[in-house]
Amino acid sequence: MDPSRKRKIRLVVALSAAVLLAAGLVYTSFSASTEAKEPSQILHADPGHTYQLTGKVVPGSVHHSGDQLDFRISDRDGSDPIPVTYTGTVPDPFAPGREVIVTGKLENGTFVGERDSLVTKCPSKFATTTTGRAS
Amino acid sequence: MPVEVRHHDHGASQLTLLGSALLAAALIAGLYAAGAAVQGARRHDRRWVDSARRAVYAVAGLLTAAVVILEVAFVSDDFHFALVADHSSTTTPTFYKLTAMWSSQEGSLLLWAWVLSLASSGVLYMTRRRHREIVPWATAVLAAIGSFFIGLMIFKAQPFARLDPAPAEGTGLTPLLRNPYMAVHPPMLYSGYVLWSIPFAFCVGALISRRLDASWIRTTRNFALCAWTFLGIGLLLGSRWSYEELGWGGYWGWDPVENAALMPWLVGTAFLHSVMVQEKRGILKVWNVGLICGTFCLCLLGTFLVRSGVLQSIHAFGASTVGGPLLVLIAVVAIGSTLLIVTRLDGLRPERRVDSLLSRESIFLVNNVLLVGLATVIFWGTFFPLISEFFTGEKHSLAAPWFDRYVTPLGVLLVLFTGLGPLFAWGRLSGDAARRLLLWPVLAAAASIGVLLAVSDAGGHPWALFVFGFAAFTLVALAGEFRRAGATRRALTGEPFPRALATAVGRNRRRYGGYVVHAGIALTLIGIAASSSFQTNRDLRLRVGQTAKVGDYTIDYRRLSADPRNERIAFTAQLDVTRDGKHFATLNPARNYYPTQDPSAGAIGRYFMGESTSEVGLKTGAGGDLWTAFQPDVSTLNPDIVRGNRMLANAGPVAQGIAIDVLAQRYAQHPPPASFRVIVNPLVGWIWIGALIGVAGAVMAGWPALESRRRLEAAYRARLGRELGAANPPA
Amino acid sequence: MEFLLAVAIVVVVAWFVTAPLRDRPSRHDDEEDRAAAELAALEARKKAKYREIRDAEADRASGKLGEEDFRRLDRELRAEAVAILKRIDRLRGAGERET
Repeated sequence: MDPSRKRKIRLVVALSAAVLLAAGLVYTSFSASTEAKEPSQILHADPGHTYQLTGKVVPGSVHHSGDQLDFRISDRDGSDPIPVTYTGTVPDPFAPGREVIVTGKLENGTFVGERDSLVTKCPSKFATTTTGRAS
Repeated sequence: MPVEVRHHDHGASQLTLLGSALLAAALIAGLYAAGAAVQGARRHDRRWVDSARRAVYAVAGLLTAAVVILEVAFVSDDFHFALVADHSSTTTPTFYKLTAMWSSQEGSLLLWAWVLSLASSGVLYMTRRRHREIVPWATAVLAAIGSFFIGLMIFKAQPFARLDPAPAEGTGLTPLLRNPYMAVHPPMLYSGYVLWSIPFAFCVGALISRRLDASWIRTTRNFALCAWTFLGIGLLLGSRWSYEELGWGGYWGWDPVENAALMPWLVGTAFLHSVMVQEKRGILKVWNVGLICGTFCLCLLGTFLVRSGVLQSIHAFGASTVGGPLLVLIAVVAIGSTLLIVTRLDGLRPERRVDSLLSRESIFLVNNVLLVGLATVIFWGTFFPLISEFFTGEKHSLAAPWFDRYVTPLGVLLVLFTGLGPLFAWGRLSGDAARRLLLWPVLAAAASIGVLLAVSDAGGHPWALFVFGFAAFTLVALAGEFRRAGATRRALTGEPFPRALATAVGRNRRRYGGYVVHAGIALTLIGIAASSSFQTNRDLRLRVGQTAKVGDYTIDYRRLSADPRNERIAFTAQLDVTRDGKHFATLNPARNYYPTQDPSAGAIGRYFMGESTSEVGLKTGAGGDLWTAFQPDVSTLNPDIVRGNRMLANAGPVAQGIAIDVLAQRYAQHPPPASFRVIVNPLVGWIWIGALIGVAGAVMAGWPALESRRRLEAAYRARLGRELGAANPPA
Repeated sequence: MEFLLAVAIVVVVAWFVTAPLRDRPSRHDDEEDRAAAELAALEARKKAKYREIRDAEADRASGKLGEEDFRRLDRELRAEAVAILKRIDRLRGAGERET
């Protein structure tokens, strides 16, 4: 087989592999993903579906009872608080006023978080400073 | 709350203005450097290029002075500096005062710009008499990037913002960052990102001036190696911190910001290998320019992701003012480099063809594809929320299981190639030689897989089994390479084997240092495979005195102790662990409760409404780790807290302190059941050991060789003298 | 006080940075520089080529490279090395002739 034909075959094989990988990526990512929503959006969302809920922990709403954690989560601007109930690891930075992400389903008006799905964002290093001075 | 007005002496308080002035001067110098360098490049006038280089030195000096002023302000608690007031306090330990500078947006940008200016000064000094065509353009690129970051600081995130009047006390550093790993992690990461700009700038210079041979690669090789090493150390520190300090017991979560540092590291690894091919065989030139531009874009992307709020992640925060300009820079760099490469394609043609699959060139080419493929998968998964939003209007995100599914096969293949690369030679490897070289490694792989199947349940985890097999292949292949090095030299000189090996390795540190890195990588991947596939993970709820069994271990919750202090309350659990009836370890996981500044929480309640951190109870061993985290149930304190808040609302700190003491001690005497997470992590320690070996190998590979080669070169000249034919005396 | 310091710094930096611009441009210097730069680049390539020759020999000695493949590679590398050496000699010769 002459070299230029070898090279063409190699190129075709490589490109086909790349296309297959890309197709696989695209196909599985849509089916494996969870949709992200904010509290204001979740009230209008499909109740049976699993969603990734992002928002701020409402200060004063945090209750630990045994293994269970209950709190209210609101949009970043504080509106539309909804109750969340969750069991599992509570990340270290979790605190009222912090932004959190929790995956789960809305059941009877309460968002039930999947076990160990709670993620808390690190305290804002990169937002406006606490003295109110814009960065 | 009334704010005490501090009376500073007038001199010290003007330092913020001096700092701002230094930044402004640095911006002007940087812009001048870029302009002068371009002028010098187009006119071929050395004076402009020299002037530009001096301007870069000036930027480095000015930024160093700025950094010094800022650090002095931190250490001396000068709260006129808004940055100091927001990220430090009089009670912060001095070490963390120094490192607090880069815990903020403004300070980290200053760090970025400062390291860039120092590295640029270094490389420009080293090349001041060489590479006349490339250096001016490289200077312009580096100066432009530096000016961008300085401009970002001046207009969007001023580190020298002033507070008048200065508050009496600062906010202090977040407890989570009061940790040596977290203190050192940012400078390592930023050094990694910044140092990639050096080979990038020289690549752009080579493209613009059409000097497309390997000289830009040779000049910046050590900078690329340093960048790769620092980025790797940054990744290592981040994952170790996550494992040791956070309460979830993992070391990698496929969080967007973790991925943002991993992607440039992967593409940078491809670059480091691929340039070897260009140096030796004159091919893969387009790959190389593409890889370095890609690596640098990913570094900028990484810097951007942490600050933009564009993706939901542990680190990504609300939209900040810096995200927009960074995105513009990334676009400019990406589009600009693509245009440059496309218009210079004719100069990037390969000098030879890859004639054989059984050669190192082919291995490296496949390596490139694997690493770039891995980076692409991670990129896709990380940005999927934005991609899906663009196409469907809804944000969908992908979690760790999806990443694991795609990354694992590619990663497993990479382990194999980590062993194949060193075995193959440049140019064609004969079939005979291939058989001979592959024999022992293949046997080792087969043997290890066989043994594991026989004695353990590894069969249920095929991917892990492959990793172990390929890692055995790699380690035996590398050992064989070292053995051959020593044996060949011994055959030549008759030295004893150890000395022959040492000399052979010392003469070719770049190659054998690289082999050490490969060995480290193989060990790290063994650790990752074992700890992810064979982990035992239990969540327990125990009363004092209760025991539970996790894997082979029996955990006995003996007692809870309290350590109440002004800056935090700590609850520590004592766990006695036995295995096979014998005492194995005593673990003391703890939970610290830091008070919040929020006055509405109440005098007592503020301790439990603020941040809490975990102290992990960890027993490390060569065979694996026993990891525990502890979450006491403080909800039973609620009635006491409410009562205490009411009674002590107007009491002084002494009374509050006594009340906290009493509360904590009472809790420790009759604690309710607490939650524990216990993880048995086999072989996880090898991840860190392998990574450290990798770093040692990189240092060994990059260590400059002594110039005692005169005799050797004269000998070569003599050998080639016949072919030279000229009557010139040897140099 | 800080204001005066800032002004002083700016003046010093400006003087330092513009110093090369105040030298007279010299064509002779430029050509010498170019020759020196090219010589340095050639020296670097020569060193790299010697390393490659050495590596090929080590590969042959340890059995990775077959005899025929080694001979072909060695011939190629030596030819490239010789070309570099010839260019170095020409540059050096030209430099010597000028002085």
